[in-house]
This record gives sequence, C-alpha cells and structure tokens, in this order.
Amino acid sequence: MSLDKEKIKHVAKLARISVDEAKVESLTKDLNSIFKFIEQLNELNTDKVEPLTSILNHSLRSRKDEISDGKIREKILKNSPKANEEFFVVPKVVE
Amino acid sequence: MSKEKFDYFIKGEKGKYEVVIGLEVHAQVLSKSKLFSGSSTKFGADPNNQVSLIDSAFPGMLPVINEECIKQAVRTGLGLNAKINNHSVFDRKNYFYADLPQGYQISQYKNPIVGEGKVLLDMPYGSKEIGIERLHLEQDAGKSIHDMDPSNTYVDLNRSGIALMEIVSKPDLRSPDEVNAYIKKLRSIMKYLGTCDGNMQEGSLRADVNVSVRKEGDKNFGTRCEIKNVNSIKFMQMAIEYEAARQVELIESGKEIDQETRLFDTKKNETRSMRSKEDAHDYRYFPDPDLLPLKLEQKLIDGLKKSLPELPDKKKERFVKEYGLNAYEANVLVSEKEISEYYEEVAKLSDKKLAATWMMGDLFAMLNDKGLDISKSPISAKHFAELVQAIKSGEISGRIAKEVFEIMVESGDNPKKIIESKGMKQQSDPKELQKMINEILSKNKDKVDQYKAGKEKLFGFFVGQVMKLSGGKANPQLTNEILKKLLKG
Repeated sequence: MSLDKEKIKHVAKLARISVDEAKVESLTKDLNSIFKFIEQLNELNTDKVEPLTSILNHSLRSRKDEISDGKIREKILKNSPKANEEFFVVPKVVE
Repeated sequence: MSKEKFDYFIKGEKGKYEVVIGLEVHAQVLSKSKLFSGSSTKFGADPNNQVSLIDSAFPGMLPVINEECIKQAVRTGLGLNAKINNHSVFDRKNYFYADLPQGYQISQYKNPIVGEGKVLLDMPYGSKEIGIERLHLEQDAGKSIHDMDPSNTYVDLNRSGIALMEIVSKPDLRSPDEVNAYIKKLRSIMKYLGTCDGNMQEGSLRADVNVSVRKEGDKNFGTRCEIKNVNSIKFMQMAIEYEAARQVELIESGKEIDQETRLFDTKKNETRSMRSKEDAHDYRYFPDPDLLPLKLEQKLIDGLKKSLPELPDKKKERFVKEYGLNAYEANVLVSEKEISEYYEEVAKLSDKKLAATWMMGDLFAMLNDKGLDISKSPISAKHFAELVQAIKSGEISGRIAKEVFEIMVESGDNPKKIIESKGMKQQSDPKELQKMINEILSKNKDKVDQYKAGKEKLFGFFVGQVMKLSGGKANPQLTNEILKKLLKG
C-alpha cells in the first residue's frame, strides 16, 4: 500500500486535521516509509489466524442496568464553546 | 380465503420492473440506563439532563457495558430464530457530526452479537420468509434541533448513548405492503419479548431503506440507493414508491443510477441526495480499544431461550388449535401482545369463536374510531365476555347487543346491569311470542291470505312487524319458527 498526496489530504479531511499544503509532500514521504516498514508483516501467512482484538485474556466487564448518572447539565455544558442554559449551540447544520 | 397473486411492479415504457428492498431497522433497546453509561433512557426529559461525562465524551471516560442490553439483544435474536454469536466485537465507526460528541459511534462491524435469522410474513398471497442478515448493538446519537434559532443548531445529548439494535434484513422484500408487514411483525415480536417498545412517534423504531429495481425476471440486483432514517411505515412506503419510480425513469432514459445516500422529504414527498454524506462511507472502522471482545456463555443463551415468552407465530398456531379460530382471525388476534391477552381473557369466560367475531368487528371499530389502544379500552375484557355470553345464551339478540355495546362504551357499566335496567332482554318465551304473532296475523289478514296464495316474500314483512312490536327484542330464531308454524296452519 502506498499513499499519494490526494489520499493524504482526504485522510486529513476525514480526521478534521488541517494540513499545510507545503507539508503534504514531506508527510507523504514519511507516511509511506512507515507503511513500507509495517508491510513487512505481510510476508507472514495469516490465512488461518483469527484477527486479534485484544491481548488480554479477559471477557468484557459489564454493569447492572441501574440509573446512576446524569442530572449534571451545568457541568456538561460548562466546557462547551457556545451554549445556552439547556443546549449545546453549534453552527447551523441542515440537510 | 382465495389467494391473491403478488403483483407489485413498476410499469415502465420498456416493461415491468421488480422493486427490491432491504431494511436496516434501528430499534431502541428497552433498558433503564444507557448502553455504556448509567444515565437514564427515559423519553421526554429536560434537555441534556440525562447525560453523563461518558455520553458527552469527556476525556478519559471509559465505557462499561450494560448487561441488560446484551440480554435484550440476545432475546431479540432468539425471537428472530437467529444464530447467537458467542464471540462478538465492538468497533468504532468514525464520523464527525455535532450530535456525536465522541467523533465515533460504538457499533459492531465484522462480528455482530447476532447472525442470520428469519421472520415469517402473512401476505394475502401466502406466507413469505424474510431473511435476517444480522443484528448488532450500537449507540444512538444525540438530537439536533434546527428550528429554535435562525442561525444556530441546538444539540440535546439525552439520546446520546442509548442502546440501539440495528436489525439488517436481506434484500427479500418486494413491495411497500411487504415492508409494512415486515415492520409490524418485527415490532410485534419485540413487544412480545419486551425488548423494544416499538413506539415510532418517539423514534424507538426507525429504518434506513435500501431500494433498487430490476427488469422482471432479472437475476442480478440493480444499483441501490439508501434512504436514511425514515420514522413511519407510511413514509417508508411513500419513499419506496417515489424512489422506485425515479430509478425506473433513469434506467429507461439510458442514465446511470448513482449508489448514494438519500433522504426522504416528507413535505415534498420526494427523495433527494444527501451531499454531506459523500465522505461518510469512509467510516474507518476499528475495534474499540476501550472494550474487550464480548464472550457469551452458552449457559446464558440457553437460559434466556428457556425464559422467552410465547411469540406470535406459536401463539397463532395455538389459537387455531385451542380456540377453533381460522388462520385469519388468529393472525389478527396475535398481531399485538395486548390484543392477544385481551382475547384470551375474554375467551376464557365466553364463547371463543363469537368472542373473536365481536372483538374484530365492533370492539376494533370502536377503538379505531376513538384512536385508542386496546390497553385503554373503555370496555374491560370481563365485561366484554359477559356481553358475548349474553348473546350466546340468547339473552339478547345481536342487534340489541350493538346497543348494549354502545352504552357500555359510554358508561363503563357491565352489560347485565344495562340489559336489566333498560329492559333489553330478548323475548324468548314462546307463549309470549306466539301471542304477539297471533295479534299481528289477525291485524293483517289480507297479507296472510296473499302469503298463503304463494307470495312468500311477505315472510320478511311479518318478521319486521314482530321486531317493531317487540322493540327489537324478539328472539329472531324463535320468531321465525313460530311464524312458519302459524302461517302454515
């Protein structure tokens, strides 16, 4: 796998990271060399190996179905760049 | 019942087109608290009052799964005759939107909790099996409100993090009617199971609708479009009709159909492209590092299976066998859990067949008229059974029963009291009836002679007179018998 400049810009856009046009060239080069290193793993045949999603041999911890949280609106809204007393306020997004 | 033929096709200029539909239904899990946090799921609370630091994605917060939500998903899977996966994985589905504070939705991608299953539909042309592809658990997003401020959007995160089951069907549906039957069946199964309240007004059940068309007889699927987030059966049907016609028009004019996400505009009754979703399919799924794989013990699954309630298909079979109903009656009476429970209560206390007839006739018409669910019926199952028994025993006639029924709706009184206080009891005393009939016959000698001379149509006239004189209370069968006997003599 290798990345071209367009792909870099696309990924940056999806991740909402602003990338300076001047930096795209060097980023492409850096990322491609990282990929090249990782791709050595493809030399191994993993046809019969299940993908590993966790290295811990535990199962998922669960909790009981009880209401134990909420009613902290003030706290929740406090760090919002813009809010009124009840809602987060964001720029108009309409389809 | 004669079987109709399936005939939903879009007629183009160059032939008939079959419509292929698959649904992704999002059903809100019935639970007290959210999928990964302890905030309440109750509908209609003050904005942002049922939000924890997890739901609003504060840094460093860790999700812990609600064990009841897992059980609810397994129960639903079992109700859909589906394979339950002992091993499933939670993934992050990445996209940016104001009502998704995490920047990703926790969902299940490659390894869902429930695999393939099936749902049976009763259509006028026979029963039809709809395949279920999978069911997975995921978080709901918050709610964006666009109409409270001209230049801003308000965000309420109360819904953020509530557990959803996404139920994906195979592309087995072929018409708006089948979609209607499918949603109703899913809803009914989940309500029987108690895993989703099925309330479409409150958004507990909504669907993404995948539509494509192909020439009749074609084996390959056409290019499909996905209509996002439709929240009523009627809108789903309208969206499908519009979308199918649009696609046929494109094909016939030699144009390509773009595989895209569209939205249904309920005011204009049309679907249109959602440009903002262009990049959205690049979700970059990966296993959520905050959550370990979910391992389900077979013991847990077996235990849940044993504790499942009787589901509509089984109940229907039993109603046919135990109560002697026909398939149609049984189907209607099991369609909703509350209806089936009401019927069983009535059937225990009265004639089973007559109870079904009166429920499906007068009771349903009245509920429909008043816009009431059966759980809010002004007539209790016990009173209704008494009414059915009064008809069955001949105490009142069917015609009088309708009057008693009306009074029951108004007053909430029991039928015995109404019948007695209003003197509505059917006249079933042969001596009394005979006296009345003799009186009528002697008053209408001319008509009696005409009848005897062969004008047998007049029989109805005599019956009418008896009903008039008795205030509709004469027992119709007995009246017929006595009239026949006396007219002969």
